[in-house]
Amino acid sequence: MTDLRPRAAAARTPLAEPGPGDRVCWVPPAVLRPQRTRWQRTWPLLVGLAITVGLVVLSLNVGAFDLGAEGGAEMFWITRVPRTVALVLAGAALALCGLIMQLMTQNRFVEPSTTGTTEWAGLGLLTTMVLVPGAGIVVRMVGAVLFAFVGTTVFFLFLRRVRLSSSLIVPIVGIMLGAVVGAASTLLALQTDMLQQLGAWFAGSFTSVVRGRYELLFLVLAVTVAVFLIADRFTVAGLGKDIATNVGLDYQAVVFTGVAMVSVATGVITVVIGALPFLGLVVPNLVSMVRGDDLRTNLPWVVMAGVWTVIVCDVLGRTLIAPFEIPISLILALVGAAVFLTLLLRQARHG
Amino acid sequence: MIELRGVTKRHSDEVCIGPVDLTIPAGGITALVGPNGAGKSTVLTMVGRLQDADEGRIEVAGRDVTRTPSREIAKTLSILRQENHFITRLTVRQLVAFGRYPHTRGRLTLEDERYVSEAIDFLNLGPYETRYLDQLSGGQRQRAYVAMVLAQDTEYVLLDEPLNNLDMQHSVQMMRQLRRAADELGRTVVIVMHDINFAAHYADHIVAMGDGRVVETGSPAHIMRPDVLERIFKTPVDVVDGPQGPLAVYY
Repeated sequence: MTDLRPRAAAARTPLAEPGPGDRVCWVPPAVLRPQRTRWQRTWPLLVGLAITVGLVVLSLNVGAFDLGAEGGAEMFWITRVPRTVALVLAGAALALCGLIMQLMTQNRFVEPSTTGTTEWAGLGLLTTMVLVPGAGIVVRMVGAVLFAFVGTTVFFLFLRRVRLSSSLIVPIVGIMLGAVVGAASTLLALQTDMLQQLGAWFAGSFTSVVRGRYELLFLVLAVTVAVFLIADRFTVAGLGKDIATNVGLDYQAVVFTGVAMVSVATGVITVVIGALPFLGLVVPNLVSMVRGDDLRTNLPWVVMAGVWTVIVCDVLGRTLIAPFEIPISLILALVGAAVFLTLLLRQARHG
Repeated sequence: MIELRGVTKRHSDEVCIGPVDLTIPAGGITALVGPNGAGKSTVLTMVGRLQDADEGRIEVAGRDVTRTPSREIAKTLSILRQENHFITRLTVRQLVAFGRYPHTRGRLTLEDERYVSEAIDFLNLGPYETRYLDQLSGGQRQRAYVAMVLAQDTEYVLLDEPLNNLDMQHSVQMMRQLRRAADELGRTVVIVMHDINFAAHYADHIVAMGDGRVVETGSPAHIMRPDVLERIFKTPVDVVDGPQGPLAVYY
């Protein structure tokens, strides 16, 4: 191999150098492919937004207290508004968390409660309560977030080491890992006489969300906004490590960021509300079933559908046995399990 | 020009690649051939910085691939491995558009759309561009991936066994399109391939590897000799004169 001179390199022509006859605004025929107009893309979003607003108004008006009665306005601001805000924030953030985790693991069945993240956050919460008796909500949150981060990292490291033959094994491993961590939590709770707190946590519920007790949730708003800002990177990471690296993405950094975001959102929601199982699994999958997989245009839909799901489930929980409440986690688990099974059956049918 | 100096990679105590010293000239098609486990794909993925070398230096167009920021490398070099699986359902056009990511980091300009369209047309994928990848045949899908790395508009294009799983007709089509990419677009194409006859017909240079080292390099005419081929592939090979050049016969 003696000829080292760049033979063809000199004659290298880029694919699309503008030719002499091209005006700057010239559009080659190949670009003029049927595109949906701006309006055609916008009006469904407006409808979605209207549904969201409608559900928010519904949530504000459902409850045991008669808002028309004396002190109604005060109750409205103390419980109804915080509860509704919490529903919107938690629904949006957890749905996005599920989406991110699915992209990063390349697995449709993954979300915080099928990877052990939720259970780790619970263990973190409990450990903090044991180690720092009387810890404030911020300290507990830090504990939950840290444990969630460590646990999720362990899961991702495991996935990288082991090549799994079937996509179904991934959530099975995650659920098993979660069960082990959950068992550790139960043992710890038994020994420290905290089973009741653990039970309350497992039954995630928005009942206790009142003014002064939910403001931490605005942290997940920050996570949600951040996901929107760097959504492109998650999309590229979703094509796998090789393709992502090929186009110049720092894959490890993106996965690290993603795990950190998911941990913060899961940890905060765990401390304030409790476990909300399957939300991150159901919502992104339903959205992609209906709309296909164009991530950029799907993001707002995932957020809205997450909000809808949580509000509908919570309003059901508030009304079915009113004036008592069914914890939302119970309803979510029922709905989630049904969708999960449907997905499994679909996958089995389509190979 | 791609230069490897003293590059080694240890997979385990028994399996070791290198040290490899190799110069791949700019321009044309270079084929990496050799028996299974010779280290062809490992070398290719190390050049494409998908794997790190344990020792040695790799330079592409004068830049060290491990020291230069990945997103800069992505404008000079693109690499495609054989297996690409992801859960995201993408259309051909959406996939090819990802080739523009190093240049745009997301938002496509009108000019990017032109690159995408031309890469699609170059590989005759125009009629399929709105189809989802899972609705395509293996050959069409393979072409879509190649269109993606062409849209990336890099001087160097590395492909790991692009003919894998392709039948005769699609293999020939693929090689012709890569030949055109080298001749008409001036790309430097480096391909790992198994079929020595395909390599001899379409490549300008052949690099033969065996047991983790470079065994022989040279023009197809130099490689296509019975004694050389036998040394590379460790099996008796005859070379006969075919209608379009020498053919290795080894059945």
